[in-house]
Amino acid sequence: MDDHKSQSRLRSEHLASGYGETPVLSDVSLAVADGKMTILVGPNGSGKSTLLKTMARILTPSSGSVILDGKAIHQSKSREVAKKLGLLPQGPIPPEGLTVRELVAQGRFPHQGLMRQWTREDEEAVRDAMDTAQVSNFADRPIDTLSGGQRQRCWIAMVLAQQTDLLLLDEPTTFLDLKVQVDLMELLADLAHSSGRTLVVVLHELSLAAAYADHLVMMKEGRVVCAGPSHCVFTEARLREVFDLDAQVIRDPVTGHLVCIPLGAHARRKAAVRVA
Amino acid sequence: MSATTDHHGTRHLAAASGIPITLGVAALLFALHIAVGAKPLPLATVFEAIFARNTEVFDHMIIWELRLPRALIAVTVGAALAVSGALMQGVTRNPLADPGLLGLLAGASFAVVATSFFIDLPSMQFLPWIAAAGALATALVVYVISSLAPGGATPLTLTLAGAAITAFLAALTSVMHLLNEDTFENLRVWLTGSLAGRDIAMLWITGPWIAIALLAALALGRQVTALAMGDEVAKGLGVRTGPLKVQLLVTVVVLTACSVALAGPMGFVGLVIPHVVRLFVGSDYRWIVPYSAIVGAAYLLGIDIIARVAIAPREISTGIITAMVGAPVFIQLVRMRAK
Repeated sequence: MDDHKSQSRLRSEHLASGYGETPVLSDVSLAVADGKMTILVGPNGSGKSTLLKTMARILTPSSGSVILDGKAIHQSKSREVAKKLGLLPQGPIPPEGLTVRELVAQGRFPHQGLMRQWTREDEEAVRDAMDTAQVSNFADRPIDTLSGGQRQRCWIAMVLAQQTDLLLLDEPTTFLDLKVQVDLMELLADLAHSSGRTLVVVLHELSLAAAYADHLVMMKEGRVVCAGPSHCVFTEARLREVFDLDAQVIRDPVTGHLVCIPLGAHARRKAAVRVA
Repeated sequence: MSATTDHHGTRHLAAASGIPITLGVAALLFALHIAVGAKPLPLATVFEAIFARNTEVFDHMIIWELRLPRALIAVTVGAALAVSGALMQGVTRNPLADPGLLGLLAGASFAVVATSFFIDLPSMQFLPWIAAAGALATALVVYVISSLAPGGATPLTLTLAGAAITAFLAALTSVMHLLNEDTFENLRVWLTGSLAGRDIAMLWITGPWIAIALLAALALGRQVTALAMGDEVAKGLGVRTGPLKVQLLVTVVVLTACSVALAGPMGFVGLVIPHVVRLFVGSDYRWIVPYSAIVGAAYLLGIDIIARVAIAPREISTGIITAMVGAPVFIQLVRMRAK
């Protein structure tokens, strides 16, 4: 399954997990490539979010383990893990009235203690994070006055302020305009490619996933069906197998990205007419 | 845009310098609280009595025997209830949460009314103990019920179980009221929350517990802020949310049970003071907790002054005044900040 040769600080080994008594994942082994953007896709209920949450120690595995830097993550001190691995959950809701700066400052939590108060280092981390995520211009506004895309940038800035090498993001683009989705994916790709961070992102948008993934992972019914570079994984056969989707995969002439065109009954009829 | 900048500016000013200001106001109200009463005393006498006590002087005796204890109890109860409410709102992420939410206040009332329904209470002396026991027993019952629910004792199941138990106990309490009106003449005042005729001995017993719980609340403030952003975000930041919630709920139970023992089931303070504080200092519990303690104490001192002088020489129950005066003030504050 691990078709890439690169190093992996984070990996799951024979992971089984789920919610309460309901198992979702079974026997998932996945090595996350360092310094790359790994994107998890799959139909609803395929276990992609469950895998992400278990890797982020939100969920406890029923068997198997998640290994970070050689140590089982669920046996490690939560705060120590939080210095290496950041998480942005799906659809987080900020407390009412919290300003952008205050939210981003929360990212410093694992670096602080009862005795260790706010330092210059914390201040710089917050400023850098806000600059990177481009939220400095409205740093003093309450989050609830911002647009969806701006809010999501603020949350990303919070995770960046945590200054972790690894970032896990659960559907960071859901419910956003297409333009905003693209901007966010650009930001995330920069984080991986320019600053060498390792990203694992759960995504719904297939074409965005194919375009931005260094490493694409397709999941179905709690298992990893295939994993690898987009051009190996993102094929018409796989889309049919994993998503039960009839689609045409073409290479966009401008960007060279793979794009999928879903073929519904209407599209097929039109296609038949044109061929005739 | 300028409005939000101003808002932020005042917020940080408040966070940095508000503590001495609010402490000063609280200290002033403390002195005033002692000065007013059936026999008004000049503030000079109050300070003299506190800092240069002379057991021969009658005014000093009034202050030390009657007024100082009551003022101290007002401070303690106000601080405990306000902090307790702030923590409840943080841990449940419910802005309408208050110390009564876990059924603690209803449990205390029920215990007192039921006891005096079945046995003739010889004096009011045991009332605080019965009330505190009732509050703690109810907390336990609510906890057991909510842990039987699928998913166990989460803030949601605790809140639901607390609301159900509160309604149930309130109904039982009403039934006993209706069946036997005469016995409850003297309980009526207590049941609204009152600071009149409290036993200072109770303060020496509950005081250390409240002090420990307040310190715990201060120490946990930073983690509550993280928790208020949701469980998953908090876990991602390295907060151990399960143990934290247990610590917070135990703190809330201790604070509430102790204040019930001191002043009866008093509402409003725990619900509204944290909101008033939030209007000025924002959403960071490192600030919300200490400010809630100071503002809660100051508020109850002020309210108790009104309770004692409004229809002198008689007095109104403090618990009634808290809501009667507090509600309009709170609405006005929200309106002012909303502009």
